Order: sequence, then structure tokens, then C-alpha cells
Amino acid sequence: MITTQNRPLDTGHLEPEAPIKIDVKGLDFFYGRDQALHGVNLAIPALAVTAIIGPSGCGKSTLLRTLNRIYALYPEQRAAGEIAIDGANILARGTDLADLRRRVGMVFQKPTPFASSIRANIGFALSFYEKLSRSELADRIEDALRQAALWDEVKDKLDQSALSLSGGQQQRLCIARTIAVRPEIVLFDEPTSALDPISTARIEELLQELRGRYTIVIVTHNMQQAARVSDKTAFFHLGELVEFDQTSRIFTSPAVARTQDYITGRYG
Amino acid sequence: MNWVFFRRRLADRIALVCAALATAFGLFFLAWILWTTFANGAAAINARLFTQMTPPPGADGGLLNAFYGSVVMIALAIAIGTPIGLGAGTYLAEQGRHTRLAAAVRFVNDILLSAPSIVLGLFVYELVVVPSGHFSGYAGSLALALILVPVVVRTSDEALRLVPDRMREAAFALGLPRWKVSLQVLYKAARSGVLTGVLLGVARISGETAPLLFTALNNQFWSADMNAPLANVPVVIFQYAMSPYDQWHALAWAGALILTAFVLALSLLVRLVARGRHS
Repeated sequence: MITTQNRPLDTGHLEPEAPIKIDVKGLDFFYGRDQALHGVNLAIPALAVTAIIGPSGCGKSTLLRTLNRIYALYPEQRAAGEIAIDGANILARGTDLADLRRRVGMVFQKPTPFASSIRANIGFALSFYEKLSRSELADRIEDALRQAALWDEVKDKLDQSALSLSGGQQQRLCIARTIAVRPEIVLFDEPTSALDPISTARIEELLQELRGRYTIVIVTHNMQQAARVSDKTAFFHLGELVEFDQTSRIFTSPAVARTQDYITGRYG
Repeated sequence: MNWVFFRRRLADRIALVCAALATAFGLFFLAWILWTTFANGAAAINARLFTQMTPPPGADGGLLNAFYGSVVMIALAIAIGTPIGLGAGTYLAEQGRHTRLAAAVRFVNDILLSAPSIVLGLFVYELVVVPSGHFSGYAGSLALALILVPVVVRTSDEALRLVPDRMREAAFALGLPRWKVSLQVLYKAARSGVLTGVLLGVARISGETAPLLFTALNNQFWSADMNAPLANVPVVIFQYAMSPYDQWHALAWAGALILTAFVLALSLLVRLVARGRHS
């Protein structure tokens, strides 16, 4: 078994060394009695795109779901270890989950528009957090939709139901909804796996535009996608971090044989 | 002909005929009931029905006080029962989802759902009527609300649990507190299911007679006082139908027809609402 716990693997070749936004140390994760993550150490750089790849069931989505503690909705799920965001351990007791999730947004595998208008989908979390005037709110909604490259398609029908949009548009609406509250980190959980190729390409372009503004962590089962959109890539297998490095190195000269096997399609 | 094929087809035909007969049997009586109600009720429907009070024996009159009493008591029952039912349903489907308490509450609620309404009537009689010393519209509303609550609890619990977890996760992932998630995301998504439950509950309580006999009783005269005995359609039907007077019989049929039409209209509304859910 390859040791994945030793930190030297984590240090990529970012030059100059980017500041660390999320520092995962010794993370174990359990679904009831089943352990899904084993001693994961991962230092995610700020304002870059970090991709997490690996075969189904390797724990990549599980890891993502610990970063905003969305798993805490389910009492049988449990994380142990440490996840420091800007130095503060979010797994600590007494962490304000609402505040954490506001700072760490998440976009899910399937589009999840709420059963209300496009405007309300974006506006309601926003107006909950900030006292905004009508025009400020409208500006922020427009800004979020522009950032999500959806504005031109929906600007004339903001009061229509969000459910009337296509799947790709719904996903971009979810991205707009997430970035509208100005998070620091955005988590993407296989955001294109339910979409057609054209919608996928648009979301990938969007990721490029969001790079540098947010710290982005994206889980994907699509290796080409990871190679296209990310700065650094982490490869997971059987609940362990196998290798974490510059995306270009992972896909050209990985240090570990298992990574090589996976990216060349030997399994997964 | 192939014997196996023949046997299967024969069994299929027999089953089909049996099913059709059973359906026809059920529909026959339903149609009979509706037809009798309509034939007798339609003859008794006139303008007086909605403008005059319940008459003494041998006189003409209407059911205005009974309609008023029923509408007010049902409205108050909805106002009492819906928030409680929705609150409990929300607890069962959300906060208490994985707890033993929720399982116990769900079980007790199912018992309450099938409790004979006369028992609930007697309960309210002991609880309100005996201490206050008189029958009242409030007691009637309370009895009806007690019948409505378990229906709303059950349907809102189920409607909320039908909202996919990913919707819940998406709302919580925005950092919203639980009450906000319930109010603005989950209730919206479960809206038609919850509304269907309330409407079904209203259809159920609008024909209830037994609980009102012990609580609101009846009132032959006009009264808008909720703290006094209150006329209502089911009890009037019950009393007038048992009487020997022809005018009273006619009014009972008219009341029955209006009540049936109201429940039928509610059922249609439920179907419309439920259909809206899928489009």
C-alpha cells in the first residue's frame, strides 16, 4: 500500500507557492460503521481550481461534502480529523454551520432549482443575508446571472418559474444562486454529469471565468474535464488520497503507479 | 388450439369479468345514492333555502342558519387544525425525521386518523361543553379541528418527505437556517401536496355529524354567537330526516344535496391541485 499520509506529496509545483485556503488534516469519514475516507491530508490553494478525480465510490464526493459540512444533515454520517479554512477548524464543535455554508457554496450534480421564479431563486438567500433595496437586489441578481453567463437568456423572463429552464440553464442558475451570496469557496459536485455536451462546455467556460475570483474545488469523473479546468488535481482511490499535484504533472508524469493506471484507463 | 394458451386466456377473461362486475357493483350503488340525493334534493331547492331560517314543524323555511354555522365552524376548524397539523407534519418530516419520537408520533397519529369521530365528539364534550355548561360553536369547531389535524399531519408529512433530499441540501448549502429552508423551499415544493391534504380533511369534516351532536348541537334560530349552540347542516339533516314532517324531509334532502355537491366540488379541486403538481 502506498503511503499517502506523508505531506511531501501534497506540495505541488505552484510557483510561487500559493496560499492555502483549505487545509485537510487526517480526515476520516464514516457512513454509520462504514469508513469512506482514511486519513486524508490535502492542502487546497486559494483562488485556484482544484479537481478531485477517482473511480466511483472512491470518496471524492464524500470529501467535498465535508468541506461545507452538508453531511451533517444526516445524523449517521460523521467526520473525524481536521479541516482548517483560513486556519479555523470547521469540524470543531460549535461551528456556525449557516455561516460556514454561506462562505462555502456548493453546486450539485443535478440542477436543483427551487419551485419559484428565477428572480426568487437567486434573491431569497441574498435578501436574507443583506438588507438590500429593491434596485440593489435587482443589481445583485443581474450581476450573479451575468457571472453565471445566464443573463442574456433569462433577462426577459425573470419572473417565470425556474423549472421552465433547460437542464443546462438550471445548472447555471444554481451557480448564479451560489455565487450571489459572495462565497469565498465554491464546491462543484460533478456539475456537468447530468448535462449534454454543449451545456457541459458552457459550464467549463464558466469555471474558467470564475477561476481567480473564488477558491474552487470540483469533483469530476471526467478526466478530460479535470485536465481542462483545474490547476491542481487530487486522485482518490478506495477512500485514500493517492496523489495530489499540479494537474499537468498528474496527467503527464504521475508519481504513483495507481494514478498512472487510472488516467490511462486501466480501471475506474 | 394450444391448451396452455387457451387456459391462460380463459383465466384472463374470467378475471376481467369478475373485476368488471365488482366495479359495476360499486358504481351502481354510488350512482343510486347520488341519483336519490339529486332527485329528492333538487325538488326542494329554491331561493328560500338560502334566505330563511330552519322552520318549526309544518311551516316553510330554509337552511340559512345551518349553512352559516357550518361554514363558520369549518373555517375555524381549518384555522385551528391546519397550523397544528402542518407544524407536526414538518416536525415528522424534517427535524424529527430520524428520531424515535417521530416514529411514535406517526404511529399515534395513524390511530387518531382512524379514531371514530363520535369518540372525539365525546372528548370535546367532556373537555369544553361540561365545564362551560352549554353547547357552543367553539366546541364544534374544536371537535372538527381534532378530526382535521391527523389528516393534515399525515399528508404534510408525506408531501414533505417526497421533496427530494437534494432540494434540502441545495437550500442548506446556501447557509440558510432551518426555518427559512422549510418556509421558502420545502413548503413551496410540497405546496400542492399539503393543500390536497387540507382539502381532503375539509371534505371529511364537512359531513361529520356525530362530533357536532355533542358539541355545537343545533339551533333552530339565527345565531352568529360562536359561544352558543350553533345550527349546522349535518345535524339539521339528521334531525329533519328523523322527523315525521314532509317540509322537514324536503329540507333534509336539500341540505344533503348541497353537502354532497360541496364535497364533490372539493374532490374535483383536489384532483386539479394534484394534477398541477405533475405539470
